[in-house]
Amino acid sequence: MENPIVTPSELKTEEFVVNIGPQHPATHGVLRVEATLDGEIIKDVLPHLGYIHRGIEKMTESLGYKQSIFLTSRMDYLSAHINNHVCALAIEKAAQIEVPARAKAIRIIMDELQRLTSHELWWGSCAMDIGAVTPFFLAFRDRERILELFEQNTGNRLTMSYIIPGGVMNDVRPDFVPKLKALIKSIKEYRKEYDQLITGNFIFQHRTQGIGILSKEQAISLGCTGPTARASGLSCDIRKLYPYDGYEKLDFKEVIDYGCDNWARYVVRMEEMNQSIHIIEQLLDNLPTGDYRTKLKGVLKLPAGEYYQRVESARGELGVYIVSDGGAKPYRMKFRTPCYSNLGAVKPISVGMKIADLMANMATIDLVIPDMDR
Amino acid sequence: MDVKKEYIPEFDGDLYKDEFGRTNFIVTTIDKIANWGRSNSPWPLSFGTSCCAIELMSTVSAKYDWSRFGFEVMRASPRQCDVIVVAGTITYKMAPVLKRLYDQMPDPKYVIAMGACAVSGGPFYYNSYAVLRGVDQIVPVDVYIPGCPPRPESLIHGMMTLQEKIRKSKAYVIQKPKKKKEEDK
Repeated sequence: MENPIVTPSELKTEEFVVNIGPQHPATHGVLRVEATLDGEIIKDVLPHLGYIHRGIEKMTESLGYKQSIFLTSRMDYLSAHINNHVCALAIEKAAQIEVPARAKAIRIIMDELQRLTSHELWWGSCAMDIGAVTPFFLAFRDRERILELFEQNTGNRLTMSYIIPGGVMNDVRPDFVPKLKALIKSIKEYRKEYDQLITGNFIFQHRTQGIGILSKEQAISLGCTGPTARASGLSCDIRKLYPYDGYEKLDFKEVIDYGCDNWARYVVRMEEMNQSIHIIEQLLDNLPTGDYRTKLKGVLKLPAGEYYQRVESARGELGVYIVSDGGAKPYRMKFRTPCYSNLGAVKPISVGMKIADLMANMATIDLVIPDMDR
Repeated sequence: MDVKKEYIPEFDGDLYKDEFGRTNFIVTTIDKIANWGRSNSPWPLSFGTSCCAIELMSTVSAKYDWSRFGFEVMRASPRQCDVIVVAGTITYKMAPVLKRLYDQMPDPKYVIAMGACAVSGGPFYYNSYAVLRGVDQIVPVDVYIPGCPPRPESLIHGMMTLQEKIRKSKAYVIQKPKKKKEEDK
């Protein structure tokens, strides 16, 4: 990849290290980044991890399988349902539990609603990092509508622990479907505002187009997944490649863009929101009836062996790897979180750019720090 | 702030009348006027480590809008802040950073522990090797807000409790000069 900004060789300045974080509003948490600068141009980026490492993987070894579900929603709190989903799927796969059709449909609806909230928050905070403040308030206004629905049906706004092995915790309320229909209708109207405000904005386009280029080869070698990799032309949607819980029956497009820059990552996420709405609409009219949960024993024991399950989180491939020795507690539970792999992309896309673009690059990769550190 | 009317007749206000015959002054105590100002404009530090930070952001933005109570201005630098809302888990690696941020704030300064993690370690109290069990081990906490994460309403309630605390405090404490020892003379 060629350096887009060329410095004349006679104008050399002294190198300078800027320490960003761990308390900095643009890092979306407690990430610390050491940027080596030559004037305004970035020479090197070194992220420091571990400021929010809570030892969740080790904690699961002292808890049961059912108990460790609630810890997973604290990992990537912006896609808590999807975190619960992957854990539940892995346990069901190992214990060979059948899940009722109604539970599967509710799970997918919740997953896609969660993706919507996550991308809406990303849209607001990404625009805020680049310099616009109004989108942040618009994003939260729309996000609150979905959170209200979550609260009515799951009992919590942020860390739900609603999807459990065998189905879902409790059935949705009787007025779930009409309320969701009204919600989808209003979301569609507000989506137009997003495009008017930001997508067609001249300043935003100039801050993102042609900046932060991540080639397809780099995306593969760094292990990037999700919208970050799909904006580089890599097909990696787990919902298409390894479908789970009935995604194979649904009609939706895998959004791929070949732009490789910040603008492409923006476009992919905006289009994914449309696809999520499309998925929910298909399930709303024919939500299956019946049980919402298979009853399980109080203490769940998995047969000895190794199990891996992956889902498409809002940020990329989320995997869980369970090693069981036949007991009631896992021998080892490893999470393959998308943000940790995507963080590797910050250095290659930022070197050679200006320091102001580092914030834009980190914003479009959509980092959630506790997801990285666990 | 309450202005008690019975004080006014006792004061000879004629000296202070302006050209329109009005007396443009109020009689109050330093405690009242300072606490009124302080309690209605505590500027929080934008400091969030995990899940609670998202609820903090919800409280700031459209639906809940805590600027109604005067907490509007989020500052990124601790040198311009009055209150630090510890939103989220504090790990052993993050604890020195929090202590340093607190030390950098100018007096008077207040701390709110938001969420179960900041109060006591929360879900990470048992079995975790990396989590600080409550921020009150390193900084003095004024208000505790339970919940995992707390709802925006409870955060607003916590902030209003802090306002009450500020109103009841003494704004200026005048320290008596120490008596010099005889040896120094």
